[in-house]
Amino acid sequence: MNVSIILILLLFGALATYFSGDKLAKSVAFIVSLASFAASILILNQHNAGIPSDFTFRWISNPNIFLASKVDGLSIAMVLLTTALTAVIILSSFGNQYKNSKAFYALVLFMAFAMVGTFISADAFLYYIFWELALIPIYFIALVWGNGDAEERKRAIIKFFIYTLAGSLFMLVAFIYLFQKAGSLMIGDLYLLHLTAEEQFWIFGAFFLAYAIKIPIFPFHTWQANTYQMSPSVGTMLLSGIMLKMGLYSVIRWQLPLTPIAAKTYMDVFLVLSIVGVVYGSIIALKQHNLKKLLAYSSLAHVGLIAGGAYTLSLDGLRGAVLQMIAHGFVVVGLFFAAEVIERRFKTQEIAQMGGIRIQDTKFAAMFMIIMLASVALPSTFNFIGEFTLLYSLYNVNIWFAVIAGTTIILGAVYMLKMFQNVMLGEANIKPFAAITIQESLVFVVIIAVLLFFGLYPKPINDLITPALQEIVAKINFNLNM
Amino acid sequence: MEKNIALVLLLAPLFGFLFNVFLGKKAGKGIVGVVGTVSILVSFLATLFFFSKINANPGQPIVVDLFQWISLEKFNVNFSFLLDQLSVLWLLFVTGIGTLIHMYSVSYMHDDENMHKFFAYLNLFVFFMITLVMGSNLLILFIGWEGVGLCSYLLIGFWYKNQDYNDAAKKAFIMNRVGDLGLLIGLFILAFVFGSLDYHVIAANASDLKIVANNEGLIALAALCLFIGATGKSAQIPLYTWLPDAMAGPTPVSALIHAATMVTAGIFMVTRMHFVFDLAPQVQDIIAIIGATTAVLAASIGLVQNDIKKVLAYSTVSQLGLMFLALGLGAYEVAVFHVITHAFFKACLFLGSGSVIHGLHGEQDMRNMGGLRKAMPITFWTMMISTLAISGIFPLSGFWSKDEILLTAFHGNTVLWIVGSIASIMTAFYMFRLMYLTFFGEFRGTEEQKHHLHESPALITIPLVILAILAAVGGLISLPGNSWLNHFMAPLFKKAHEAHHLDGTAYALMGVATVGALIGIGIAYAKYIKKSEVPAPDEDIKGIASVLYNKYYVDEAYDALFVNPLKRLSHFFRNYFEVVFSEVVFGFGKIASAMGTQGKAVQNGSVGFYLLAFVVGVASILVCLFLV
Repeated sequence: MNVSIILILLLFGALATYFSGDKLAKSVAFIVSLASFAASILILNQHNAGIPSDFTFRWISNPNIFLASKVDGLSIAMVLLTTALTAVIILSSFGNQYKNSKAFYALVLFMAFAMVGTFISADAFLYYIFWELALIPIYFIALVWGNGDAEERKRAIIKFFIYTLAGSLFMLVAFIYLFQKAGSLMIGDLYLLHLTAEEQFWIFGAFFLAYAIKIPIFPFHTWQANTYQMSPSVGTMLLSGIMLKMGLYSVIRWQLPLTPIAAKTYMDVFLVLSIVGVVYGSIIALKQHNLKKLLAYSSLAHVGLIAGGAYTLSLDGLRGAVLQMIAHGFVVVGLFFAAEVIERRFKTQEIAQMGGIRIQDTKFAAMFMIIMLASVALPSTFNFIGEFTLLYSLYNVNIWFAVIAGTTIILGAVYMLKMFQNVMLGEANIKPFAAITIQESLVFVVIIAVLLFFGLYPKPINDLITPALQEIVAKINFNLNM
Repeated sequence: MEKNIALVLLLAPLFGFLFNVFLGKKAGKGIVGVVGTVSILVSFLATLFFFSKINANPGQPIVVDLFQWISLEKFNVNFSFLLDQLSVLWLLFVTGIGTLIHMYSVSYMHDDENMHKFFAYLNLFVFFMITLVMGSNLLILFIGWEGVGLCSYLLIGFWYKNQDYNDAAKKAFIMNRVGDLGLLIGLFILAFVFGSLDYHVIAANASDLKIVANNEGLIALAALCLFIGATGKSAQIPLYTWLPDAMAGPTPVSALIHAATMVTAGIFMVTRMHFVFDLAPQVQDIIAIIGATTAVLAASIGLVQNDIKKVLAYSTVSQLGLMFLALGLGAYEVAVFHVITHAFFKACLFLGSGSVIHGLHGEQDMRNMGGLRKAMPITFWTMMISTLAISGIFPLSGFWSKDEILLTAFHGNTVLWIVGSIASIMTAFYMFRLMYLTFFGEFRGTEEQKHHLHESPALITIPLVILAILAAVGGLISLPGNSWLNHFMAPLFKKAHEAHHLDGTAYALMGVATVGALIGIGIAYAKYIKKSEVPAPDEDIKGIASVLYNKYYVDEAYDALFVNPLKRLSHFFRNYFEVVFSEVVFGFGKIASAMGTQGKAVQNGSVGFYLLAFVVGVASILVCLFLV
């Protein structure tokens, strides 16, 4: 069995969802997402047993374009993250009623399809198609099913779309250039290219625009807060939980191994940008009145740290980055879901209108708090492992990078505890807060279980990703020493 | 066998936590109290087992290695636990006093609707405290370190309807995190220099002269960073201001977390890492100076406080300062000795104050107390013993441990000795001020309160009596010239520190300290018994007293220096930077909005434009690829 089965499941699942009609759509979509997660687990088992799950078809013979996949521990980890979170996200939406829900859920699955494709493509052409394809569903999800004023939303979403598309075009140009040099776009062939420092500089820069906007890295983040706020929470979760990891994954898979000289030469620049993002995101989160925007800026801070780790070019940095990508995926979905749970009841995202919820629903408060604590990287949560490893990798470059990025430990506690206090604590809110449903609890329980389990026992994920990352570090070092 | 008992020791409080969280409400308050208390008692018994083991085989620490946790390129960090002299000592009083305070809480919290949560948090706290103490590497310690901080947060803000309490809880957590960042950076440096976070590996490499010589500066920096961590958790300058606010929590919490156990974590960590601090004499000097300064500064604030718990809180800060003074002078076992005696008498004092507050239905202002001696004799006598102990009156425990600190300081640096002695005189004064205002004179509360005055029930008084006995006789573990404690801890330290000899200087210093304490007591007696003074209402406090009463305006200074600038920066970023970036960066913003405006003009503009762009994009890829 090869990894294409997941793609096929998701694509046909999207079609099936669409044709199943509005009533059944969410159940069908949920079953499809579970099936694709199960398939990912099978691929994982196959990988652990040493059986390859790659596929390679010659797609276009002139030029040489392959339908090819690379399935190593890194891809599998990302695929697992995508399929697991897709299932969680779909489950989390059960409490909502969407107009034209068959289209909505079909788009969600279609997006998962494109994201899985991005994570497993071994041919740059295929990779680019999936990369861009992922934009279509989220665009419509945000535009059609989003909230807030329609005109304002349209502006925000188009801005997001132009931003990401414009960045990606630079990447496309880089690939075209590479194709000229290598005569193929297979990642293995590209890895073998001998690029001069100058070539690497331009290619690195082109990739950087695409990825810096997607991740986003400061100061390319301005699409983020508004898009997160205006999207329906399913869209926000897809964006923050999975889609921005496409950018981070691509840094590790494509940018660093192909252009390590540029990455090494200008390492300080990219580390500084990443770390500025960490601090900037944290500070700006201190004074947000809108809960989803606050979470968006907190996410900006967290992914800045992940990017920083990756740009250290060290095994610790890369490993911390991947661990934190997974941890952040779950935590951010949990946080946005908490915001959604509140919005369902209070019909608002404004923090000033919240407060006094804990006294009405202690169960929800407890679960929200655990996720909040994971997000501030309390030791024994998964996020601590990522954050510790990332900060340590920064320390090994320069102690001040670790100290300044480390202020996120303090600032994160400031804005998160303040948010929690204003949203949850105090005298009972005058608006009644209906106790959370079993479905809603289930979403939290799954997320909390993942965060605590891997917080105490990250070894399985570590063992999965480490060989792949060692290979990438070896590529980087080989290329640097050439 | 040992492994299983160690796991029981560690996990029993966690079991209590889980039980009380999930089944507590259904089980009812009686069972909640029993499960909560017994789970700590089980840990205490397991600790006794290890204590006897270690006592029998002093050279053989017990290591329990469970599984790999964090994996880094150069080293791994395991879930691994270490039972040696230091951890067993700490475990003894953490679980021992923990059991007593749980017992006390059964009665104290009985009327609270969320009693099961209180016990859950308290159990969780003990679990994290055990983790902190028992870990065999710095990262396990860090789990406990932040874990106890979390429990402290939860318990300070236990009555979460009150946003002032929530503010206090938040402040505690955030200030601790400032320290935690220091600690974390310290860990990074140690990992970098010594290639591990395991205590025994660091200790071994710290005696490798080559490694030490090559990294002198880094090691000193690491020691400084660790100490910054300690100032957060153990409430030292500049991170002490959270502790007095933390008194918002229920009183048993103040006794357990904010007096006897959690706040001693910094002293534990420094003692645990003594081999690093020994390599950094400059940092040791800083520690001694900060400790002495904190001791006298906090004591001076304590002179004028009128909230009974605030007095005790500043007293705790001050006493912790004395412990750091000892640490800075390299007298680790002296600091540990004072940690232990302080745990006894301060826990007793806090629980006693809780008994008073309980008896007065929530009153904490000493100006509204007075004359409680007759109504609450057990509370009075136990607190009196502890007050004499903390004031350093012979032969109670505090006399011996404080004397050791002052004697060490005297041999180290006369200025430090003078500062420490002044702090001790102040301690005697404010403690007797507290006793006189609370228990002597006439009752100043309402008639209603007076009518209901009563001694607390047995569940409250039994722990008080036990702690008062310990506060009285606790000094026996380390008498000058014949110190069991020093002997017990000797295997931890390379240099065996012998207890000070009872020479002429020692006797003279004891005499001076005793006279100092008596002067403090005498002044308090003259003011509050002879003249029957009652502290003035808040608005009448003037002059120096007002500076002290307002805690030297340190909170205000921190607000002006850190909090407000940060808020303004956040505003500035939000209102200016974000706008500028969103419009200007690379012109994308403008292009985007221009296209957006045009898009609006077209029917179905946005969607159509998107599809168009996508088609153009894909087409251009294909064209490029096929034409090249």
